[in-house]
Amino acid sequence: MMPILLIPLLPLVGFLIVGIFWPYFKGKGHYIALPLVIGSWAIATMEFFKSFTDPPQITFVYDWIRSGHLDIGISLQYDHLAAIMLFMVTTVAMLVHLYTVGYMHGDSGYDRFFSYISLFTFSMIMLVLSDNLVEMFIFWEAVGLCSYLLIVHWYERRPSWLAANKAFIMNRVGDFGFLLGIFLTYTVFGSVRFADIFPAVSAHLHQTVNIASAFNGSVNIPVLDLIALLLFLGAVGKSAQIPLHPWLPDAMEGPTPISALIHAATMVTAGVFMIARMNPLYNAAPMALHVVAWTGALTAIVAATIALTQPDIKKIIAYSTMSQLGYMVMVCGLGGYGAGIFHLLTHGAFKALLFLGAGSVIHSLSGEQDVFRMGGLRKYVGLTFVTMLIGSLALSGIPPFAGYYSKDLILVTAYQQGPFGQMLWLIGVLTAVLTAFYSFRLLFLVFWGKERFHSEGSGHAVHPHESPLTMTIPLVLLSIAAIVAGWAGEHYGVLEYLAQELPLPKGNPAAGSLSEDALKGLSIAVGVFGIFVAWAFYGRASTIPATLAKGFPFFYKISLFKWYFDELYDLVFVRTSFLIGRLFWQELDKGVIDGIVNGVAAFFRNSGLGLRRYQTGQLQNYAMVMAIGVFGLVAFYLVFNRL
Amino acid sequence: MVPLSWYVTLSALMFVTGLVGVLIRRNIVVVLLCIEIMLNAVNINFVAFSDYLHLIDGQIFVFFVITVAAAEVAIGLGIIISLFRLKESVNMDDYNLLKL
Repeated sequence: MMPILLIPLLPLVGFLIVGIFWPYFKGKGHYIALPLVIGSWAIATMEFFKSFTDPPQITFVYDWIRSGHLDIGISLQYDHLAAIMLFMVTTVAMLVHLYTVGYMHGDSGYDRFFSYISLFTFSMIMLVLSDNLVEMFIFWEAVGLCSYLLIVHWYERRPSWLAANKAFIMNRVGDFGFLLGIFLTYTVFGSVRFADIFPAVSAHLHQTVNIASAFNGSVNIPVLDLIALLLFLGAVGKSAQIPLHPWLPDAMEGPTPISALIHAATMVTAGVFMIARMNPLYNAAPMALHVVAWTGALTAIVAATIALTQPDIKKIIAYSTMSQLGYMVMVCGLGGYGAGIFHLLTHGAFKALLFLGAGSVIHSLSGEQDVFRMGGLRKYVGLTFVTMLIGSLALSGIPPFAGYYSKDLILVTAYQQGPFGQMLWLIGVLTAVLTAFYSFRLLFLVFWGKERFHSEGSGHAVHPHESPLTMTIPLVLLSIAAIVAGWAGEHYGVLEYLAQELPLPKGNPAAGSLSEDALKGLSIAVGVFGIFVAWAFYGRASTIPATLAKGFPFFYKISLFKWYFDELYDLVFVRTSFLIGRLFWQELDKGVIDGIVNGVAAFFRNSGLGLRRYQTGQLQNYAMVMAIGVFGLVAFYLVFNRL
Repeated sequence: MVPLSWYVTLSALMFVTGLVGVLIRRNIVVVLLCIEIMLNAVNINFVAFSDYLHLIDGQIFVFFVITVAAAEVAIGLGIIISLFRLKESVNMDDYNLLKL
């Protein structure tokens, strides 16, 4: 059997065994799932190192749909982009599996949880390995399903299933666009395989499509732009870009390991991956690229401003994830797909690390998530503190940690794209300041200062404790990744490696007045500045945050209430839906449909009630009617002389 | 010679008397009597037309009717007796077994 086939197959086997026989495992599900994922990781790593010399290959698995010109197969496209993604995905998946052993220990749904994360790992690997749009869409939906199943893991809790529903429904909006994009692709190109689409792109450059034809209008836009925008709608949903982002922070209701695996490192990056995979199409769609770039930039800055004031440790990191995804989408919109994927990889490492660290903190405080009820924890959970410090430094873009290299690459790429890129670069730099600030705000609030977890609680004293080895080992390994991933990427030329699929952007080093070294220096400076401000606000006893919140209540509220997106959607969509639903329920269903059904029944019932009065049971009445009838007939005959 | 119309008129009057009696009287014995009156009204008709048309068939029919009427009275009185045992009454209004 082909070794590449084994990469997705092993987690699938793990899912099937643990999923089917879960009642017999009784908290031992990891005995099956963990070794299989480690095996998958080992093969992915081996294949990754082989991919430097081996040519790209497509492994055909089986024909799925063959009807006329439509030919959809399940195939595994293993090239450099897939190889490096698989390396990251399986690494994080393996570490999260290991972490879960400690974090979910004793949970009633332990084995179920393992079967689902194995299913997720399988789906994500298949998504990355897809060689056509339909296969990608199937596994795109499959990871969405796993995300839903895992968010709702604690299904007795109302916030869990509310969040899971929200994630599922919001993704449907994006996936609808994705599906339309696939339909249009098939209509235009006659195929859904990447290998057929990309060479044909240039032939459709000037083709336009009238999107208002249904309304007898005439709005012609280039067909490639339309395809790119529709596909991007899918990415907006999956990668939590504005305006389809509110599901991601809510998804933090799920257990922390899946926040790290699905909602930070892998699934939410599927949108960025898809854009990178479809880059020949996007490069031919300049209008769509502008939309992509702006969406990314707006998401980056808006998410960063929200993260400034959130009190929930996991939501801060969730908004940070959103913000970093915004960076990736933005740079993809500027043509820097390689930079986007590079940031995706380093972000996968350090964001998974931050989430797992946050999980460790929550675990040590027995479920407390409010950063204002933490503080001073570095004495108790030293290892977690060190690893989270590394993660935060990486996130803030301080060299030599991973985030510095990739984020700096994004900013340099943006800056070299001329005036438009420089506008977005400015947004990126602003976001970088905010990023450094909120990362270290979290760090200072959690690990420095007074121990605020004693003051309130359920009566018993809280004794913070370091997490078990199964949880700290992944933390340490991810810290190492967060330290070396960026340096290794630059040193071994990740962009050149990825150039096989992702062409380098046509940047102009002399586009602006700042040289590349100056830009790098600036990146570091804004990071340090952000950290310094965070220290000034939260690293010592200070009244600055409270004063600022009082002085600018408008901005404070916008940040604290997440720019009122939830309220807006509640007003526009949720309430409208409820209103329409109530209308159909009360008026149409209860009024018209039930009215017809009950009306027919009532008509016959009342008719019967009326007619019943003639059935007296008195023989004489019947005889009377008979006599009247006979007289009537005879009279009729006599008068009209005929019958 | 009594003209035919007199017989027919008498017969019609008897028949209507019987019919009205069947329809409005409440006593079941009287109702049975009224049925006999109606039968005899028919008999008068038969005999009158037999004489008028010089056909003997009508008079033969009358014997049949008298025979049937005798049998009917026998059965009818039997039914009345068992109804009386059931309902303790000869009032027609109490016989509502046709109504559930």
